[in-house]
Amino acid sequence: MNIFPISRLPLAVLWLTAGLLLSLPGTAQAITPQQITSPGGIKAWFVADTTIPILTIKFAFRGGAALDPAGKEGLSNLVSGLLDEGAGEIDSKTFQQTLSDLAIGLSFDSGRDEFGGQLRTLVRNQETAFRLLRLALTEPRFDAEPVERIRAQILVSLKQSLEDAHTIGNRALFETLYPDHVYGRPADGTPESMQGVTVDDMRDFVKNRLARDNLIIGVVGDITAAELGRRLDEIFGALPAVASSWQIDDVDPVSRGQTIVIDRDVPQSSILVAEKGLKRDDPDFYAAYVMNHMFGGGSFTSRLYAEIREKRGLVYSVGTGLYPFDHSALILGSAGTANERAHETLSVLKAEWGKMATADVSANELDDAKTFLTGSYPLRFSSSGRIASMLVGLQVANLGIDYMQKRNGYIEAVTMDDIKRVAKRLLIPDNLVIVVVGRPDGILSTN
Amino acid sequence: MMLLKSLFVMRLAPVFVSLMIGSVSTSSLAGVFNPETFMLDNGMQVVVIPNHRVPVVTHMVWYRVGSADEAPNESGIAHFLEHLMFKGTKKRKNGEFSEIVARNGGRENAFTSSDYTGYYQTIAVDRLEMVMEMEADRMTNLVITPEQVEPERQVVLEERRSRIENEPGSILGEQLNAALFLSHPYRNPVIGWKHDIEGLNIDRILAFYKRWYAPNNAILVVAGDITVAQLKPLAEKYYGAIPAQPATLRARAKEPPQHAERRVTLRDNRVQQPSWRRIYLAPGLQWGASEHAYPLEVLADIIGSGSSSRFYQSLVIKQKLAVAAGVHYSGDNRGPGQFIFYASPRSGVDMEVLESAVLREIDLLIEGGVTQDELDRAKTRMLSESIYARDSLSGGARVIGSALAAGLSIDDVENWPENISGVSLEAINHALKSVFKTQQSVTGLLLPAGDS
Repeated sequence: MNIFPISRLPLAVLWLTAGLLLSLPGTAQAITPQQITSPGGIKAWFVADTTIPILTIKFAFRGGAALDPAGKEGLSNLVSGLLDEGAGEIDSKTFQQTLSDLAIGLSFDSGRDEFGGQLRTLVRNQETAFRLLRLALTEPRFDAEPVERIRAQILVSLKQSLEDAHTIGNRALFETLYPDHVYGRPADGTPESMQGVTVDDMRDFVKNRLARDNLIIGVVGDITAAELGRRLDEIFGALPAVASSWQIDDVDPVSRGQTIVIDRDVPQSSILVAEKGLKRDDPDFYAAYVMNHMFGGGSFTSRLYAEIREKRGLVYSVGTGLYPFDHSALILGSAGTANERAHETLSVLKAEWGKMATADVSANELDDAKTFLTGSYPLRFSSSGRIASMLVGLQVANLGIDYMQKRNGYIEAVTMDDIKRVAKRLLIPDNLVIVVVGRPDGILSTN
Repeated sequence: MMLLKSLFVMRLAPVFVSLMIGSVSTSSLAGVFNPETFMLDNGMQVVVIPNHRVPVVTHMVWYRVGSADEAPNESGIAHFLEHLMFKGTKKRKNGEFSEIVARNGGRENAFTSSDYTGYYQTIAVDRLEMVMEMEADRMTNLVITPEQVEPERQVVLEERRSRIENEPGSILGEQLNAALFLSHPYRNPVIGWKHDIEGLNIDRILAFYKRWYAPNNAILVVAGDITVAQLKPLAEKYYGAIPAQPATLRARAKEPPQHAERRVTLRDNRVQQPSWRRIYLAPGLQWGASEHAYPLEVLADIIGSGSSSRFYQSLVIKQKLAVAAGVHYSGDNRGPGQFIFYASPRSGVDMEVLESAVLREIDLLIEGGVTQDELDRAKTRMLSESIYARDSLSGGARVIGSALAAGLSIDDVENWPENISGVSLEAINHALKSVFKTQQSVTGLLLPAGDS
């Protein structure tokens, strides 16, 4: 018996890095966030919702795994697994038991550009929940037992990720695109680098990187603005005022048509392609967003879906996505196909890449994309957690609090000329870095 | 209802269950989603779950048919048909359904499990009527051609490669199911065996469609910014107009008594991290000694939920033999349930050492039972978790749709808090002694190639 139903479409075709950056933030008529400032000066975006007695707090500290010291890659990852394993006077077991007994959800995650976290609690347990979050952020214990246990778990998950063709390919892709930049390093670490991370490194991380000046907060739930203000001071007020400064250079990906084949004994080749994309603040970002939707972003309606899956039956999943980072940007495509058909799949993918570059799109195709993208915007507000994530994501992207009201206007404003310009600028099939993991017939590495 | 526990909600705000009290007064537990339901004249059940946060609805049609209802040699047909349902109808050309949904800002997908098949769209409420018309249309008017079926067959085979054949752990899972069930069709994978997928033809697929896709074998669930008064006329107009078909019986091969323990080992050079699991054939709400189902659900929470649970504390923290350890119980299926224990060794720990430590834990558990304190904590946690479920737009629709399609009732869903609260220590300890029989189990090992 199969526990989980299987779907017509993979639920996450292209979800390579932690979520905040990747979803284009948006709006819904019914959701109007307000910015509040605590008595102590801590800012948060807030949506009041009293229909259920729960509260969700999401937050992010700018400066993510890209800041991990050389040789200590995975430091952020390890810290994210340990902040809820004992803090203050509370040891790991009691901390976890309390979370579990009170059904409090507390977790942390490390992305390339941000270190994030989230708290979910029933209102009746919020006193304890806030206290645990404050302790986790300001007084984590890093006791020997949990440190070694979580480190062992991460080592196992790093090993396991080497079983997965897609993960292997993704790592090779970033190494190739960013050979001399921190984005080329494995954000989650390697078995070797993970062994070298010490408790002192982790204490330095907490001291230097979790501060009020690089903190972004989004809150949804059953609380008043006034009370939330006081609570923000309780939770985050004890953080240092200022994080250590850092410098990461902007970088263009090195994409000159390299092909890398990584031999693995699997029946299905995993294909990844990428080249330079657009950063979030690029004036053409919305044009690129609409263009990407028509090309490979729309689930059942994109050109790649039609040509590669629907017409030829070459794949189960195929798609493209925009990946704007703080210091670089990619447009990335992926597909999975039987080794024998990898060459054909890649050929069609590249041909479509070239065809889209000429942007021979009809007015209808553009209109359909825009009506989908604007009409589906409210569907994102389907839970407190998703709304809170958007509140954080909008601030990460330096967008205004009225963005939710303006966003569909930006999509509507995209013209055919914009599409043509951005397609020509972005889609250069001969430049694509191509990574294939498997035993693909008829595809060879360059050099 | 184990799988769905995190989706359960309670209607009335805070139920003040403190950690100190042993049981929760049932008077405070009335209702879960408080859905409303009615029947169309043709036998189609309709369920409405209001949630007015945004002007959006999730519209789902569930069919009471899944992979376990397939005939011999046609494994995968329910899932293959699900893919083909997006082709054309007498009225709409190939792919038009998805184009229209997208053009109207909707998102959609479909899914198949062993017990049910479902289709859904999430869309602005003012487009609800449009998707109802289209979903009703494809219930009986599907048109498929060989030119559509052949590429789609390749898509399904690629899906099988990516889900199963590329993943050693999934290959083992498939073999374990086939070993656990001697006769019951849960032994077949939902996606189907490769040779069966290759052999399915249009005639058989259409026969399957005609047999199972009918209003009297379907359930409509609409969640979101909608009321019964608004939905009822639309449901009558579009779904009510479809004639009922002769009733279909879900006659499945029965599982005989099991007399011998089984052991399945997969050695694969792709495996980087070994793992161990044991699956016991278990009663469920609709199969076997169903009085054990709720106690097993609470038991699973006690011994396997998170790092403060019994198994994790012993195997991962105290004995330092495992990096992961836990349990999983599924008891809401139409057929047999499974109770799964799993663990993965720390580096350097021999699999045999880990296995005997896990088996010792299981023996200790059966011998000593669980404690009142563990039971109280689990109940509080489970009932608290259930409050979160109402937060999600489509969570309630999925819970109720899957329950109904598998043969459970709305009362089974709505009474879940009471049923969990009513589980006694004696009932859990009785279930422990009754269910975990080695001769009704299969043990699975995933090992790197070359390991003994």
